[in-house]
Amino acid sequence: MSDKKNWPLWEVFVRSKNGLEHRHCGSLHAADEEMALENARDVYTRRSEGVSIWVVESKNITASNPENNGEMFEPAHDKVYRHPTFYDLPDEVKHM
Amino acid sequence: MKNKNLYNYILGIADNSLILGQRLGSLTGHGPSLETDIACTNMSLDLFGQVRSYYQYAAKIAGDNRTEDDIAMLRKEREYVNVLLVEQPNTDFAYTMARQFLFDVYHLSFLQELQKSKDLTLSAIANKSIKEVSYHLRFSSDWIKRLGDGTAVSHQKMQDAIDGLWTYTDELFHQTEADKAMVAEGIGVDVTLLKEAYYEKVKAILDESTLQTPESKWFQKGGKEGVHTEHLGYLLAELQYMQRAYPNMEW
Repeated sequence: MSDKKNWPLWEVFVRSKNGLEHRHCGSLHAADEEMALENARDVYTRRSEGVSIWVVESKNITASNPENNGEMFEPAHDKVYRHPTFYDLPDEVKHM
Repeated sequence: MKNKNLYNYILGIADNSLILGQRLGSLTGHGPSLETDIACTNMSLDLFGQVRSYYQYAAKIAGDNRTEDDIAMLRKEREYVNVLLVEQPNTDFAYTMARQFLFDVYHLSFLQELQKSKDLTLSAIANKSIKEVSYHLRFSSDWIKRLGDGTAVSHQKMQDAIDGLWTYTDELFHQTEADKAMVAEGIGVDVTLLKEAYYEKVKAILDESTLQTPESKWFQKGGKEGVHTEHLGYLLAELQYMQRAYPNMEW
């Protein structure tokens, strides 16, 4: 730990039930992985929100730069044909 | 009361959780970090939940009009039979975790035995509480290791806390009259049999934490007989204030 006064920040992902994906639910401070897991359990699953927790130190996440949003995301805006909305789906197919 | 021994026996279990729960609860908003603050209050709520089950059962056994709240809130200091360990103050976070750890090791092994009780209500409460208490022990032993095997300052603080609280550990294994009567009936746990494994387990964690296991052989006692340290009166004054100031108030 480089800074002993401030614990590093961790991102917390909780799976609410088996079969669903882990979802980002917030962040917290902890000195290491183990403490991050325990803190996540105590802070984010005390109302039965989860069956599994992932924690990852925030600095390990590579994020896109909002300044580049133009080149990153705008080119997709006029390409509606990429949405699978031009097919007729049978009613039996759910969750598409 | 017909089942006086069983009644007293239940209080002997539940009072520990009530008083420790009150100690942890008073950290609300005062924990060393937001996360540990919430962790301590979570443990407090676990303990209060257990206490309710015990006192509800005790109230039923008493068979008069008393309720779980009367038992929790309206006894005098000498009528509480918790061990001295759990009433010790939150001197600092090292003390808070050392007290928790020294109690959790006992609490878990006690509940594992109580599960086998012939009394189905007690056995069911034990069964439900074990998961909660297993986590308490995991949490507190983690902190013993972190602070013991941390910096020179955290090591010293944790060693001071263990040394300071050590004198209250032996009482966990004393038997009251109610204990003996309930053990004889196959309802109660013979705590004397838990002692050896307790000290082994505690020593193993202290070793791992690079902490010294105290060698003092002089121990405090009295809580189980209602003779408390000076700290309990203040705790009860806070715990009981609302019921004493506004008798029978509810919300």
